[in-house]
Amino acid sequence: MDRTGHTTLAEWTAEDDAAFADAVREFGDQQALGYIGTVPDGPGKATHVRELPRDADMVILRRPIAGG
Amino acid sequence: MAGVQALPELAAVPWRQPTDARWLRRWGRIWHAWTLLYTVPFIAAAVGMMWLEPLAAPVALAALAHAWIIPELYAFRGASVVRPKTRGETPGEPVAQGLLADLLGHDARELQRRTGLALERGGLGVWLVGQGGALLVTPGGRRVHCFCVAATDHELPPSDRVAHLLLALRVDEEGFATVANHAFAGAPWRVRRRLPQPMRPALEAARRAAQ
Repeated sequence: MDRTGHTTLAEWTAEDDAAFADAVREFGDQQALGYIGTVPDGPGKATHVRELPRDADMVILRRPIAGG
Repeated sequence: MAGVQALPELAAVPWRQPTDARWLRRWGRIWHAWTLLYTVPFIAAAVGMMWLEPLAAPVALAALAHAWIIPELYAFRGASVVRPKTRGETPGEPVAQGLLADLLGHDARELQRRTGLALERGGLGVWLVGQGGALLVTPGGRRVHCFCVAATDHELPPSDRVAHLLLALRVDEEGFATVANHAFAGAPWRVRRRLPQPMRPALEAARRAAQ
């Protein structure tokens, strides 16, 4: 999620090693910029991920939150 | 999946006690006592002045005004956490609204479109998540806790701000409440009066869901 609403950074399938490797690299780059990986797990649930899960349908990168 | 169920943002506030149900009950009682502490003396002073000297009526009225205004200001501060932080259309908002809609169920999506607040059921109660804060209606619907919390990128479209908070809340509810700054706790009617009119149905819906 970014200032444009959201941007698709990478797409992969569990069987496509090259696409997954690109996605892992992109995921690492975004983490270095301070983004946090989150996998929506259905209604009311989400999981924080430090590594890109190969089998996830979608991983959302979000900015950290802080008390205002 | 190598997932973890603690918010990474907790590392920034290591000194804070976890905001669990017990913490919320304690702070609810403290806020209740605090409200009595700053209203009862003003009311007692007003009654005492009128009893001793009816000519002191203007001063007694001023004391009563204090007893009314100070709790209102605290409630205003609480309600302000969910006031919209941006006005008008921002360039990425339609796209952000689509993503947020995907994260919400049908009823919550409709409520968010109408009120700007996303309703989320949690273990601590029913949450209403806004752009820069969240309200928590505790089980039973008799108390609202107001939390000031936001994504650190202040140029995000409004719906993305809500989505950021919603995802963090879903990862770790107690962690979310711990990272947030607690701004107010009190009866729902006190917060409702100070909410912008379009947001009030969301608080009603959260109360119903919490009962």
